[in-house]
Amino acid sequence: MSKILNYDLVVVGGGPAGMAAALEAANNGIPEENIIILERAERLGGILEQCIHSGFGATYFGEMMSGPEYADRFVKLVEKTKIAVKVDTMVLNLTEDNQVICSNKDDGIYAINAKAIILAMGCRERPRGALDIAGSRPAGVMAAGAAQKFVNIDGYMPGHKVVILGSGDIGLIMARRMTLEGAKVECVCEVMPYSGGLQRNIVQCLEDFDIPLYLSCTVIQVHGKDRVTGVTIANVDDKMLPIPGTERYIECDTVLLSVGLIPENELSNQIGLEMDPVTRGPKVNEMRETSHKGVFACGNVLQVHDLVDFVTQESQIAGKGAAQYIHGAAEPEYVTCKGINGVRYTVPQRINKNNPEEVKIYFRVANVYRDKRVVVTCNGKELWNRKKLKLAPGEMENVFIKPENLAQMNAGDEIIVSIEEA
Amino acid sequence: MVYDIAIIGAGVVGSLTARALAKYNLNTVLIEKTSDVAMGTSKANSGIVHAGFDAMNGTLKAKFNVKGCAMMEETCKALFVPYEKNGSLVVAFSNAEMEHIKELYNRGLGNNVPDMEIIDAAKLKELEPNISDEAKGALWAKSAGIVSPYELAIGAAECAAGNGVEFVRNFDIDAITYADGIFTLKCACDCEEIQAKFVINSAGLGAANIAKKFNGEEFEVVGRLGEYGLLDRSCAGMCSHTIFQCPNEMGKGILVTPTCHHNILVGPSSINVPSDANDDTSVRVGALREIFATAQKSVPIVSTRDMITSFAGIRAHSTTDDFIIQPAKDNDHFINLIGIESPGLASSPAIAEYVENMVIDIIGKPELKSDYNPGRKEPIIFRELSMEEKEAVIAKDPAYARIICRCETITEGEIRAAIKAPAGAIDVDGVKRRTRAGMGRCQGGFCGSKVLAILSEELGKPINQIEKFGGDSKIIYERTK
Repeated sequence: MSKILNYDLVVVGGGPAGMAAALEAANNGIPEENIIILERAERLGGILEQCIHSGFGATYFGEMMSGPEYADRFVKLVEKTKIAVKVDTMVLNLTEDNQVICSNKDDGIYAINAKAIILAMGCRERPRGALDIAGSRPAGVMAAGAAQKFVNIDGYMPGHKVVILGSGDIGLIMARRMTLEGAKVECVCEVMPYSGGLQRNIVQCLEDFDIPLYLSCTVIQVHGKDRVTGVTIANVDDKMLPIPGTERYIECDTVLLSVGLIPENELSNQIGLEMDPVTRGPKVNEMRETSHKGVFACGNVLQVHDLVDFVTQESQIAGKGAAQYIHGAAEPEYVTCKGINGVRYTVPQRINKNNPEEVKIYFRVANVYRDKRVVVTCNGKELWNRKKLKLAPGEMENVFIKPENLAQMNAGDEIIVSIEEA
Repeated sequence: MVYDIAIIGAGVVGSLTARALAKYNLNTVLIEKTSDVAMGTSKANSGIVHAGFDAMNGTLKAKFNVKGCAMMEETCKALFVPYEKNGSLVVAFSNAEMEHIKELYNRGLGNNVPDMEIIDAAKLKELEPNISDEAKGALWAKSAGIVSPYELAIGAAECAAGNGVEFVRNFDIDAITYADGIFTLKCACDCEEIQAKFVINSAGLGAANIAKKFNGEEFEVVGRLGEYGLLDRSCAGMCSHTIFQCPNEMGKGILVTPTCHHNILVGPSSINVPSDANDDTSVRVGALREIFATAQKSVPIVSTRDMITSFAGIRAHSTTDDFIIQPAKDNDHFINLIGIESPGLASSPAIAEYVENMVIDIIGKPELKSDYNPGRKEPIIFRELSMEEKEAVIAKDPAYARIICRCETITEGEIRAAIKAPAGAIDVDGVKRRTRAGMGRCQGGFCGSKVLAILSEELGKPINQIEKFGGDSKIIYERTK
């Protein structure tokens, strides 16, 4: 390697997570000029750049804005600093001793020695191939986010008559977007008995436009040789298998898929981070440090969030954590966290019991629940509980652990988050 | 112009035949119905270089398979095509099946297959730790291998085109006439006719139809659909050999195999399709569940959970159960290749050589080209280079420093080279088959629009005129308002 640079902190990914993490590291004493953000797209902003609908920032800024506006607040903050930014730059791999190998047209391939690394690569969409959809493989089947980029960034229509499979938020947003652009959205099919998207999106994107949402229903076959000509949809049973006799044909030229997001963990896997099979992101402590010393992760690469506001908050934690690590922190003593009784996972998965601040634990539930209590216990002792009128898999939840509770625990203790009768 | 030779069909056999004939001073044209090389059976099959014990003694299948298998390594090396001699295992699950594999072993001896061995359950487990505990033993054929079938066809076509063979796309033959020693090939659309003094009909599934169009000669061919599931590269290591179950009357059964690109491939089914559905490569509803259930009998850990894509191909099965390679009735200047199904891929280098010799026997030996290159320009595969090589490549062309496909680490430079190559890519799937951009776990979700932009630039066509794979497969429509 002929070119090697040195930075205190390398942030992989210049979306909302990466920008917030870099800024927070600077706020916590890392010199701005010793921080670099590497972004694979042509500019900072990440996926927000194509999210031109409103609904961002209500929690963090207390005002509603579009994705590019939300991103722009952080881009401007980054631009005011001496934080280095490299766009159109791909990180090829990370080494055991925290060296980042990256490549771009201007600088070629080079290495950066980092004291700490923050992974903020975001997530990607599950493709068609991951699903058992029969039929042909014509043009006109694409991920909803890819279609969103064609419409909102490139300015092209990906189709005219659309069926959307999956009621994730991007699918819902694109149902409205395609309708506003003059396309006919025939329906949204959701294989689960409930939508995976936010309630507000179901109302504002489907109901307001009379787009039907078929629950427990999926696309079982794609038709068309060169371009999609239609799909066969069918209802599914509780094992999610198609029910014979419920098949119906819908004519369309486009199928958009919104069937789940997967953390973009090529690099995490490449350096062998300990992964959580449920979130499909790395396991982290409360400062978002992974199993590899000095490597942190935040945002959608860690767990897929519903709201960018929470991405920002989580990334600030990671930025602060990386700064503390670079300054040299005491060896942590860990207690673990886990979800049971309908709580699918928790982030973080472990907490330093000596952490002096309140720790927020994020989680998602496995099903739709009404009138329940969320309870946190440790060694059989209840630490926190709250009544919830409704819990749904599409809405990320959180609980809090107080430092005084942590202080009383022993290393190796287990914090359990569960759903109990109200 | 009247060509000396017209080869119909740019599958693996047609393309390798074009490459073989390109060494002579002949004007040769390679004619393809679709927009690209390897769009039919050559695109969607198991990619197995069979050892050659399946075919009955004395058949063309036996002869060409064993010979082709021996030629494959060198062919792939010359063309820079991924190939690996990984060996195959036919696994037996009962005493009756153990008898069956002994029969295969003896048949293999009759076909002159080298390096076979019947192994017991313990040895099998040693070779393949993930094999089912129910397995009793296996026939191990060490000469078998795996090859990327579409890359073999692409490499051969690129070699042929680089040596002066003309490649004509989108020429769907509607009629063939013969007068005064000249064949006239008419396209279904009204593009210009092609004339040639010699025709090689290697049109795969369409070959029987072409033969009939020429002189009414009938061949009985059935299309057989084979469906597959492809698993993520994270599954690499589930098996290292190609693992068959005992063959049956519909073919070699469901296999589990690594691919040359470190995925795991599971399939194929084997379903006879009606003759009017010969171009419908749809995967049937519920097919993958059946295929994986059968595959799990030999390798229990394979699962649709790890699937990144599914696909189907159709192979041309002759009711004679053998390859038919012979001149047309009453015209020895028109050679038919009918029923080239498995082991057609394994046989392809040997078939090409055989057809080359047939042609020479008939027309006399033409002069050799002095500058013939049996290979092609070595493609730069960025992900496989050492750090020093990467730096050197980038120093020459910075486009190799821009990664377009994250999953497979494919650079802008590789994509541009694939478009510029002789018989190069003209659409998104063409780029994908040549470079692997879009072949990974996100299946083009991230790189799709970037590949479109590069194609648009290289071909000088607006982005919304770029197709997925020819025909009416445009990816995006008009501008938004």
